[in-house]
Amino acid sequence: MASSAVDEGLLRVLTPEVLAVLVRRGADFAAAEDAVQEALLEAVRRWPDEPPRDPKGWLVTVAWRRFLDAARADSARRRREDAVEEEPGPGPVPDTDDSLRLYFLCAHPSLTPSSAVALTLRAVGGLTTRQIAAAYLVPEATMAQRISRAKRTVSGVRLDRPGDVATVLRVLYLVFNEGYSGDVDLAAEAIRLTRQLAARIDHPEVSGLLALMLLHHARRAGRTAPDGSLVPLAEQDRTRWDTAAIAEGVAVLQAALARDRLGEFQAQAAIAALHADAPTAAETDWVQIVEWYDELAALTDNPVVRLNRAVAVGEADGPRAGLAALAALDGSLPRHTAARAYLHERAGELPTAAGLYARAAREAVTTAERDHLVRQAARLNTLLREGG
Amino acid sequence: MAKYLLLKHYRGAPEPEGFVPMDRWTPEEVTAHIQYMRDFAAKLEGTGEFVDAQALAPEGTWVQYGGEGKPPVTDGPFAETKDLIAGWMVIDVDSHQRALELAAELSAAPGAGGTPIREWLELRPFMSEPPTVTE
Repeated sequence: MASSAVDEGLLRVLTPEVLAVLVRRGADFAAAEDAVQEALLEAVRRWPDEPPRDPKGWLVTVAWRRFLDAARADSARRRREDAVEEEPGPGPVPDTDDSLRLYFLCAHPSLTPSSAVALTLRAVGGLTTRQIAAAYLVPEATMAQRISRAKRTVSGVRLDRPGDVATVLRVLYLVFNEGYSGDVDLAAEAIRLTRQLAARIDHPEVSGLLALMLLHHARRAGRTAPDGSLVPLAEQDRTRWDTAAIAEGVAVLQAALARDRLGEFQAQAAIAALHADAPTAAETDWVQIVEWYDELAALTDNPVVRLNRAVAVGEADGPRAGLAALAALDGSLPRHTAARAYLHERAGELPTAAGLYARAAREAVTTAERDHLVRQAARLNTLLREGG
Repeated sequence: MAKYLLLKHYRGAPEPEGFVPMDRWTPEEVTAHIQYMRDFAAKLEGTGEFVDAQALAPEGTWVQYGGEGKPPVTDGPFAETKDLIAGWMVIDVDSHQRALELAAELSAAPGAGGTPIREWLELRPFMSEPPTVTE
């Protein structure tokens, strides 16, 4: 039971910080990562009997020693070893900027999105390869390979300039959107990492993303029925929403909006906040939501935004107006048919709506969505049979 | 143990008698059907016979090598007459008999009016590894 005395949460918070220190001192990324892993193993072994006074300093010292040992053993690295040995030994550890650099490194533009996601979860999130593999439903060997290729890709990157925060936000957004599968809650992990980032960098879009995540995460319990089926926003039991997360999301968003540097994530969060704010679906302020979609459409040319805007127009100005907005968009957009089905139902054209729901079910790309749409078609067809 | 693939078709399988498309059922019948499928998979996990289950989107494309330095050749979407796989389940069972039993049980999923849909499923044994003992 000795290992139960080691605080795993603390180790996961410290992992990226320690890694960042080694990288800043000149260790290449892959070697630094190996050294940190060894230091963590040693911590699990030794801390129960000898708890360190300064856990982070302890990890840095041990990891640095392991790195030097490995560098010495590797004669091909002789020259680099000479260079790093001249660096000052472990003293007081400056952390903030180091961890920030690690975020930028793991989201480096030379990485593909899937590699950046995997490396961020491994190096910044401190998850094991097995956990990441399980979360993305790929074999562990595949994920191990993806991570080690990513490490090689960024090994030569110098960390002397700040990166582009937008690349980091995109990676965190991807992690969040993957949701929940296996024993790792990726949405919660994305929130943790974004919160950590927000504490280290002052940027309204970082706050915007954090607010967006909190506001969507707050609705999670209401989004699925006990049998696993999807519950549409209008039918969700709003008492199951997490009011504390909503309050935090709204506060974070308001502070960001006050800076008057609007970005995509802030605009998306504003829409989520308006939904979260409404005590009932009927009281939703659709007019304001349409205005935010207009802002969002001005910031991005993402066609999905225009599709969602059309649905909001249908709520604000009636289904006819929504259908007119939809008609102006490419019919092959994901969910275009489902949106048409919904608006035709609102317009009272049930046979048309039923046919479109059935078609939308055939076009669905997730089983939960498909099952939901089949049920909608079945509901309308049953209604039509009973009515006729 | 032997592995089998249970294939479910959107198109191309013989149509069972009294076939009613799913959007013509009641919502409760749809829910009962989905629950039956879920329970079936959970049961096989419990018995240690479940390996994998996946659903496929209905659209697809034929793809072919286009030649040196040329983009891939594609042909699609699929013609309406093409045999179309909807998804699969892989099971690892003791006997061919057991595989047949399980496929039949899956095909008994309830449909309109709560009666078994008796959908035709395709059962395909995996090619296996050569055994260690050969003589």
